Amino acid sequence: MKRILFSLLLIGALGGMVFVALRRPGRELTPLEELKQHLAKKAKPSVDHSKFAQLKAPFKRPQDVTAACISCHNGRQVEVMASTHWNWERSEYVEGKGIRPVGKKNVLNNFCIGISGSEASCNKCHIGYGWGDANFDFKDPLNVDCLACHDGTSTYVKKSGGAGMPDSGIDLANVAQHVGKPTRTNCGTCHFFGGGGNNVKHGDLEKAQFDPSREVDVHMGSDGVDLQCVDCHTAEKHQILGKAYSISSMNRNRVECETCHSGMPHADDVLNDHGYKVACQACHIPRYAKVNPTKLVWDWSTAGKLRDGKPYEEKDAKGTDVYMSIKGSFVWGTNVQPEYAWFNGTASHYLVGEKFDPSVPLRMNELHGAYDDPDSKIIPVKVHRGRQIYDTKYSYVIQPKLYSSTPGDGGFWGEFDWNKAAIAGMHEIDLPYSGSYGFASTEMSWPLNHMVSPKAETVRCNECHTREKGRLAALKGFYMPGRDRKGWLDGIGQGLLGLTLLGVVVHGGARFMAGHRNGGE
Amino acid sequence: MNRQYVYKAFERFWHWSQAALIALLAVTGFEIHGSIRFFGFEQAVRVHGLAAKGFLVLIVFAIFWHATTGEWRQYVPTWKNLRAQADYYLFGIFRNAPHPTKKTVLSKLNPLQKLTYAGLKLLVIPVVAVSGLLYMFYRYPARHEVVGLNVGGLELIALVHTAGAFLLLAFLIAHLYLMTTGHTVTANLKAMLTGWEDLERDEPVHATPPAAGTPVLVLVKGNE
Repeated sequence: MKRILFSLLLIGALGGMVFVALRRPGRELTPLEELKQHLAKKAKPSVDHSKFAQLKAPFKRPQDVTAACISCHNGRQVEVMASTHWNWERSEYVEGKGIRPVGKKNVLNNFCIGISGSEASCNKCHIGYGWGDANFDFKDPLNVDCLACHDGTSTYVKKSGGAGMPDSGIDLANVAQHVGKPTRTNCGTCHFFGGGGNNVKHGDLEKAQFDPSREVDVHMGSDGVDLQCVDCHTAEKHQILGKAYSISSMNRNRVECETCHSGMPHADDVLNDHGYKVACQACHIPRYAKVNPTKLVWDWSTAGKLRDGKPYEEKDAKGTDVYMSIKGSFVWGTNVQPEYAWFNGTASHYLVGEKFDPSVPLRMNELHGAYDDPDSKIIPVKVHRGRQIYDTKYSYVIQPKLYSSTPGDGGFWGEFDWNKAAIAGMHEIDLPYSGSYGFASTEMSWPLNHMVSPKAETVRCNECHTREKGRLAALKGFYMPGRDRKGWLDGIGQGLLGLTLLGVVVHGGARFMAGHRNGGE
Repeated sequence: MNRQYVYKAFERFWHWSQAALIALLAVTGFEIHGSIRFFGFEQAVRVHGLAAKGFLVLIVFAIFWHATTGEWRQYVPTWKNLRAQADYYLFGIFRNAPHPTKKTVLSKLNPLQKLTYAGLKLLVIPVVAVSGLLYMFYRYPARHEVVGLNVGGLELIALVHTAGAFLLLAFLIAHLYLMTTGHTVTANLKAMLTGWEDLERDEPVHATPPAAGTPVLVLVKGNE
């Protein structure tokens, strides 16, 4: 009986083992495969705006469109008016300066310097109608431009120098009837052209990304997952995720790779390890400005030269402006290798009116971070170097008035007189101007987040882990294998090896000779 | 001459796998250090990591073997004959003088070897292994995040590890050369390959008397 029971048990156990061995578990999807499946489903609009009577009217003014939008989307205008897209300013804690309103009104850059005095031109890209000077009414909801972001026809354009008003001749009703979720076209119309031309500012955001290949941008690639900006820059109540450190100071509301890819995306743990100190972007954005050039140097000091009393432009062989009377001289770069910086998500900014030391390049936006700061990681940056006008007596950067709408208003682009432009611009921001100006070197750092390359293009280990001329050669203050060594230790070590070898040769040689002698005896 | 089974199977396996691993670790390690180029940095890191794990496993087995067989006593340093052994390498060896220390199954190492190997096993290899472990684990991925040991940085770990590597490499060079100083140039090599070695039959003086507790098994096997 016992024997039978035992046999049955044995057979049962063996059978169970065979069953477990044969039953192959369903293959689990990798996180990347799950992402691809998830992203393959593209959302369709739930309503057809062309059927709505409110949108049939021929709109005389763009504000009438806004009124029509609000009549259904009640309350959205309040959300928009609470957004950074509307205010171009927000309250930020700036290290060493305290809580300050920070935005385009008081932060200067080393491209077109600042909007003050040139609103009619710069504010073409404001999501409002009519911000032409300091008197714009930020409280009037009818000034909200819904179409700039929601146009689905790709026909909506804002007028040059029109303070955010649409180009005349746009069929507003047609645009209003074809609104939808923002696409790359909506966002790119402004964000690809910051600084007054394609790819001038960011270096990793440019018109090629309207319809890029995976090689240019693995996320936006229309031959890939074809992501739209808002797939990552998600929004809740019109507050859109994402930070540009040209004007942001705090570590909040950032779009992070980890949200989709997790903090441990590699099969190889040595690579996952790197994520402790190295941001994803550092390896996955090996080059930027992959298609069209980006501006790397902007020297305002040469601006204002005229030919026959008229401004002119000089282009290089590829047709890129290298000199413009209105803006000065430029150096552009294509397929640029980033510079690298430690970054903990906070930055400080040069605010209008602050004194600085003109003998060293002024960092317009200083990215904070260090190796021994646990929140810091190495990120790739585009550094834009400029020479721009400053007050030599008061030692602060001058906000010149650039855009000229009426002759004699001091705008540099009309009169080509730095002194007049400084007087008009500084008057606009209510700061004294001493009457003497010079040009100072300035730097801006632009963290790179876009133009992520396909896996095969990723930065290789030995591009950083190498003795000389590695990508991180300029980043000091920490030990990196392959790059760093202590000369004294290597000296002692090599000396030890040398002496050992010498000992072997001398001892061995002596034995050999002695052997011969002994053998000969 | 008396043919004896001096190096047992595990001992030989341990010796040669350790030799191969140290050589591999040296090549890949100095490539990671930036001194040479062979595998390419990426592969060097991969191979170095794998070899390091293999080496750690081997160390665990070797410690177990030495402890259970009592063979660890072979490495207890002694003053006796130390001077004579040094004199031999410096002078006697050139005059065909006899080895001052008679090699036996129970006492395979001369006093200089005892001292060197004890230093190697108690100092150099532990320093390299511990700094290597810190190198691997001063930050490591665990439970969906990367955890860091609270060390300021890699520098000290890396420097200690590099210093240990130089010492090991110097040992390796000297060791390879001293291999040729047996009865014949290849006698030691053959012994370490096959386990069998011709020892002098008459053993007038033991360099050190057989340690108490040395397994008798060794003697029995040696007499086979």
